[in-house]
Amino acid sequence: MTSHVPAATQVANFTLKNGLEVVVIPDHRAPVVTHMIWYRNGAADDPMGKSGIAHFLEHLMFKGTKAHPKGEFSEFISEVGGQENAFTGSDFTAYFQQVAKQHLKACMEFEADRMTGLVLTDEIVAPERDVVLEERRMHCDTDPGAQLGEAVQATLFTHHPYGIPIIGWGHEIEGLRRDDALAYYQRFYTPENAILVVAGDAEPDETRALAEDTYGKVKPRGAKPERIRSLEPPTVASRLVTVSDAKVQQPNWQRHYLAPSCRTADPGESEALDVLGHLIGGGQTSLLYRTLVVDEKLAVSAWAYYHGTALDESRFIVNMTPAPGVSLETLDKAFDRALATFLKEGVDAGALERAKTRLVADAIYARDSQSDLARWYGSSLAIGQTLSDVEEWPIKIDAVDAEAVMAAARRWLDHKPAVTGHLLPLEDEAA
Amino acid sequence: MQKHSIVSSPQSAVNVKTLVTPRGVTLWLVESYAVPLVSLEFAFRGGSSQDPADKAGVGMLLASLLDEGAGDLDSQAFQRALDERAIEISFHADRDAMTGRMRTLVKNLERAAELLRLAVNEPRFDEEPFIRVREHANARLRHDANDPGSVAAKAWKANAFPGHPYGEPTDGSLESLALIERGDLVAAAKRLLARDQLVIAIVGAIDERGAADLIDKAFADLPAKADLKPVAAASFARLGRIDAIPLDVPQSTIRFGRPSLMRDDPDYIASVVAAHVLGGSGNMTSRLFREVREKRGLAYTVFGNFYAYDHGAFYYGGTTTKNERARESFDVAAHEIRDVALKGLSDEELEKGKTYLIGSYPLRFDTSVKIASQLVHIQLEGRSPEWLVERNRQIAAVTGESLKRAANRAFGDGSLYTTVVGKPEGF
Repeated sequence: MTSHVPAATQVANFTLKNGLEVVVIPDHRAPVVTHMIWYRNGAADDPMGKSGIAHFLEHLMFKGTKAHPKGEFSEFISEVGGQENAFTGSDFTAYFQQVAKQHLKACMEFEADRMTGLVLTDEIVAPERDVVLEERRMHCDTDPGAQLGEAVQATLFTHHPYGIPIIGWGHEIEGLRRDDALAYYQRFYTPENAILVVAGDAEPDETRALAEDTYGKVKPRGAKPERIRSLEPPTVASRLVTVSDAKVQQPNWQRHYLAPSCRTADPGESEALDVLGHLIGGGQTSLLYRTLVVDEKLAVSAWAYYHGTALDESRFIVNMTPAPGVSLETLDKAFDRALATFLKEGVDAGALERAKTRLVADAIYARDSQSDLARWYGSSLAIGQTLSDVEEWPIKIDAVDAEAVMAAARRWLDHKPAVTGHLLPLEDEAA
Repeated sequence: MQKHSIVSSPQSAVNVKTLVTPRGVTLWLVESYAVPLVSLEFAFRGGSSQDPADKAGVGMLLASLLDEGAGDLDSQAFQRALDERAIEISFHADRDAMTGRMRTLVKNLERAAELLRLAVNEPRFDEEPFIRVREHANARLRHDANDPGSVAAKAWKANAFPGHPYGEPTDGSLESLALIERGDLVAAAKRLLARDQLVIAIVGAIDERGAADLIDKAFADLPAKADLKPVAAASFARLGRIDAIPLDVPQSTIRFGRPSLMRDDPDYIASVVAAHVLGGSGNMTSRLFREVREKRGLAYTVFGNFYAYDHGAFYYGGTTTKNERARESFDVAAHEIRDVALKGLSDEELEKGKTYLIGSYPLRFDTSVKIASQLVHIQLEGRSPEWLVERNRQIAAVTGESLKRAANRAFGDGSLYTTVVGKPEGF
C-alpha cells in the first residue's frame, strides 16, 4: 500500500542565523499564504501558581508594541481582508494570519516586531484578564461536562502539568499581573524558541529572503529556553471521578488511560496506538460502536481517541453516551468486557486494513488545505518531531501489524490503572 | 499604499465551468489536479422548512439516515464500504435545503459514485438504524437541554417566529421526534429528493466527462420534480421585548436580533457591510468587539450577522457576560447597534469594511471542500458564476449614502428582540 501514498509536496526546512526554524509548504492553487509562528511553550510550561499565563499572554500579544501601537497589526490584517487568530496548547502557542501573498512580508514584519516589542500597561491588562475569565466561565463554569473533563484530567495527571487546564484555574487567573506576563514573555518569546511556518503561494528561496530581512534581525539569546516539567509518576490506582449537577439531563461516561506520546513511545508504538484508537472507537464500524451501540444497545454513541501529539506522556480516551435507562456502572463493565474480548480474539484483518486506509487517507486529505498542513507541521515540530517524522507517518501507519496493535493494547489498556469519569444528574434526596 | 493592492476576486483561482450532463443534470465544475482527490457538494432545496407541522426533525433524521444503509447494503455493510476506501459521504439538513457532501481519493472515484448513487436513490431506512439514530438525536437534545447557548438560541427563534417553520428547531424536540415514524422518512425522501431542486458543484482532479459520468450515475435516476409545500413569509414577533430564562450558571448568555433585508433587496449588500463593521464574526476590529470586549472586558465573544433565508431575513447576534455585568454588556451592544441604525458608519469605517470584505473573499476558496461549498451556496441563492466577480463589484459600489440608507432600513430604530439565559442582574 505504501507505493500508493503520493509523495507530499516539496516541503523546505531551514534555520536562520539567530536560531529561528523555518518551514515552507508550497501550494500554488490560490494566491494566498498562511503565515504562522509557533513557540515551543504552552500551558504545561506555566510557572507554579501562575496557571493560565501562557494563554493570557496569547491574548495580550494583540495589544501592540512600541513600533506598532495597539491595534495596528489587527487593523492591517482587517484592511487587507486577512484572517488572524492565535491558540494555546499544552505544549505550544501559535499565532497565524491568512492573507493574499503580497502581504506575507508585512505579516513577517509585524510578527517579528511583537516577538520582542510587546508593550503592556495595567490599563490594558486588567480588562483583558476579565475577558479571559469570561472565556473560562463560558467554556467551563457553565458546563458540567467541561467541569467533569477538567476533573478527570486533573486526576489522571497527579503531578505533571497536563493536569492543569490550559486556560488556567479561575482563582489563579484572577491573580495574574502585568509583570507575570512580561516575565513569561521574556523567557519564551525568542527566535531560538520559535518556528515559522509558511504554507501556500510561496517558494522556499523567496521566503528565506523575506524571513532573513524581518525575523533575521531579532537578536538571538544564545540558547533555547528550557522546559522544566515534573514527570508523572507510575501509578497503581484506578480512580472514579463523578460530577453530579442539576443541569445534567444526559449522563456521560468516559475513561482516560495514560499512554506514551509520539515523543516518549518506543519505535512504532505511537502509530500502533493510532491504529488501536481507530479500531476501538473510530467511527461506526469500530469495536465499541458495533458491540455496545448497534448490537447490545447499551450506548447511543461511543468513540475512542489516542492523543499522540504531545511532548510528554499522554492519553488514550474512551467516551460513551448511555442509552436511556442504562447505568454508568453498566458501561464500566461493558467496556471492560468489550476490551477483554478484543484482547482475547485479536485484530480482524479486514478491520485493520480499513483503519490503516483511513489514517493514511487523512494525510492526503490534509494536503487539500494549506492551513491544515501548516498546523500539522507546526504542531509536530513544536513538540520536537522532525520533518521526516511528519512525512513518514503514513508509511509507519501502513507498517503497523496485528501484533503491534495487540502489544500496545496489552501494555497500555489491559487492566491498567485509569480514571473513569461519570457525569450524572443530581439525585433528588428528598425522595 | 501597497496594502490596498488586494486579490479582488476568487476568480483567478476558481475557474468555474457550467455543464449539463448527457441526461440533463446541471453542475458547476472546477478542475484542480494539485491533490489527487475529488470533492462533491450538492443540495436539495427544501430542508427542515419542509418538516410536517408537528414533526420537527424529519429533515434532520432523513439526512442522518441516508448513509445508514442503501440498496443491498445494510448500515454496517454501507459504513464498511466507505471505510474500505476512506470515502466520505454525509448529509445535513439546513433550514431551506438539505446539503450533501462526498469526498474521495481519485483512485476510488467509481466506488464512491456507486455508494453515493445508492444513498440518494435507494436508502433503506431500516428499523435498527432508525431507532439508533433517533436515540442519538434524543441524547443530543438532552445534552443541550440546559446548555445556555442552545437554550438562548432556541427560545429566540421560537419566540421571534411563532407558528413558522423558522421558529421550529431543525433538530426537533423530544416530543416531536417521538412522533416520527419510518414512514415519515420514506415520504420525505420521496417528496424532497428530486432533480428540479438539486444544485451541484464538483472540485478536484476530474475532467468534464468524468464529472458528467459521476453526476448522471448518482442523480439522473431521481424523480424529475419535487413536491414542496409552500412556505409563508416569516413575520417577526416580540420586537422591543426581552425574555429572561433562569438557569443556575455564573454567566448570562444573551441573544438578540431583529428583522432585516431580504437577499434580493437593493440595499442588502450595503447592509452586510454595516453588519461587518458593527460586529461581524471574526472581525477583531469591529465596534462590538472594541466596546464590549476590549475596552470593558465584558465578554469573550460578541457578534452579530445578517441571515438572509429564502422566506425571511433577520439580524442575529449575542454575547456572554457574568451575571453581575450582563445588563451593562447588553446596553453597550444595543447602543452601538442603535448608533449604526441611526447614523450609519464614518467614511473611514466604511472604507475599511469594504476593503476587508473584498479582500477576504478569496480566503473562502482555499480548499476543494470550501470551494465546492461556496459554489453550492451561490447556486442556492439563485446566482450565476458571475457572482464570483459581481459580489465584490457590488461591495465596492457601496457609498456613504447607500450605506446609511441600508443601515437605516435594516436596523430600523435599533430595537431588538432579546433572550437572556442565566441569573442576569438588571433584566
